[in-house]
Amino acid sequence: MSDRVIAPFEGFGLGLRPPHYADFLEHEIPVDFVEVISENFMVRGGRPLYILDAVRERHPVAMHGVSMSIGSADGVKPDYLRRLKTLVDRVDPLWVSDHLCWTGLEGFNSHDLLPLPYTEEALAVVCANINRVQDVLERPILLENPSSYLTFADDEMTEHGFMARMCEATGCFLLLDINNIYVSGTNHGFDPATYIAGVPVDRVRQMHLAGHSQGRDLLIDTHDQPVPDPVWALYDLACQRFGPVATMIERDDDIPPLGELLTELDIARARAGRLECAA
Amino acid sequence: MSLLAIQRGLRDHILANQSGQSEGVSARGAAGLAVYRHAYRAQLVACLRDTFEQTWSWLGDDGFDAAALSHIVAHPPSGWTLDAYGEDFPQTLTGLYPDDPEVAELAWLDWSLRRAFDGPDADPITPEALAEVDWESAVLTLSPTLTIGEVITNSAAIWGALTGGEAPPAVERLPAPAAIRVWRQGLSPQYRSIDAFERQALAMALDGYTFARLCEQLGGPDDAERTVARVGGLLGTWLQDGLVCSAG
Repeated sequence: MSDRVIAPFEGFGLGLRPPHYADFLEHEIPVDFVEVISENFMVRGGRPLYILDAVRERHPVAMHGVSMSIGSADGVKPDYLRRLKTLVDRVDPLWVSDHLCWTGLEGFNSHDLLPLPYTEEALAVVCANINRVQDVLERPILLENPSSYLTFADDEMTEHGFMARMCEATGCFLLLDINNIYVSGTNHGFDPATYIAGVPVDRVRQMHLAGHSQGRDLLIDTHDQPVPDPVWALYDLACQRFGPVATMIERDDDIPPLGELLTELDIARARAGRLECAA
Repeated sequence: MSLLAIQRGLRDHILANQSGQSEGVSARGAAGLAVYRHAYRAQLVACLRDTFEQTWSWLGDDGFDAAALSHIVAHPPSGWTLDAYGEDFPQTLTGLYPDDPEVAELAWLDWSLRRAFDGPDADPITPEALAEVDWESAVLTLSPTLTIGEVITNSAAIWGALTGGEAPPAVERLPAPAAIRVWRQGLSPQYRSIDAFERQALAMALDGYTFARLCEQLGGPDDAERTVARVGGLLGTWLQDGLVCSAG
């Protein structure tokens, strides 16, 4: 278990995506931090690291991964961890995050965020994997609640209950994706407000805001639209419970000009500020 | 049911791409399973389209996606990064298009340029750095991003036209087998068609031949002077292209 603490960081940021590289290199962008997809920069050289170094000179950077596979029954891959550590040493990020999910097993990698059963056994596996990652990275990590599209017959606890025990056992922190709570809540029929009320206040270090789409049967976490009203309403609730927490707009498809995302980020600033003033 | 059994079941379900139940998933999970089956394939096809952009342009959506799906079935991803997915896609295309060798050659060029894009950094030397070199014992160190592929068609010209948004030329067989070298100069991936002589010279340099031995092997005993001059010309081109990282 890590007894190290990640200091709270009260800021509003954006994900660094290729269509906006030039904006970030050529202009002063009014964000408090930038989040990068770790795997995009776990490379040996060339333009990606050049861009990352240049952005890092101007902004604090949070590293957000998609391939740690913290829930794999056969553990986290050593070569992945080595490469991640190399990038951590280069960037000195605000924090390192990934998802509460599994992506691969026994030499297969789906490159998708696959759901975990919320069982005592899965909790033990996840905690052991987190401890190993935190030992190698020499810092606590953040884990994000994923959007999910199915549940398991053997589930023994709620997702937020699983995360609370995971934090308690490992000293890790949470990246709370507000859109994912809404998507999973709609898909599985749980109350997002109850979920938020069950998340340990002192462990949340970042929040994601994003949009989703209606699939044939389920809501899909597509990150291709502005943040919709129900997600904003849930963000209000989260701000009331968690207070000032680093917040970021996530957009991965149909990416608009940077100005549109900055305007959306201003909405987050205003909502969070209003709620903090009222508190 | 153990976590390992659940994960094996879900993995096998996704790979099999058949509707139905996966052991351990709740009874209402059919719609969710369909989402994961679809997402797996959609993401890999998108990854291959992104990496093999000019091959995609050459084959068109239907032809490319059919080849991509065939590849995904035969080669499920194993690496932790999507960037590594597709290394053997050119071989898949060779099998699917045995009479159209330009298809696999375009794919090789797409792949190699992508790898050069984020390959290891290295500092090239300038011609001035060669002033003190003892050519008898000198060994050239070339850019770590350098890779060489054999070609029998005008795929380099096709690739160039597609990248520039121009109408590509008709496929032509080259009069003699040739090669393309791919590397990165500064931050920009580059490619250049080369003849068999340069191909052989580069192969020897990569194998660690001294410059003197390289010249000796490339030319016969009667034309040593001409060979040295020719290799000297190549060396000038390599220096200009930022391919040489050390000589000594």
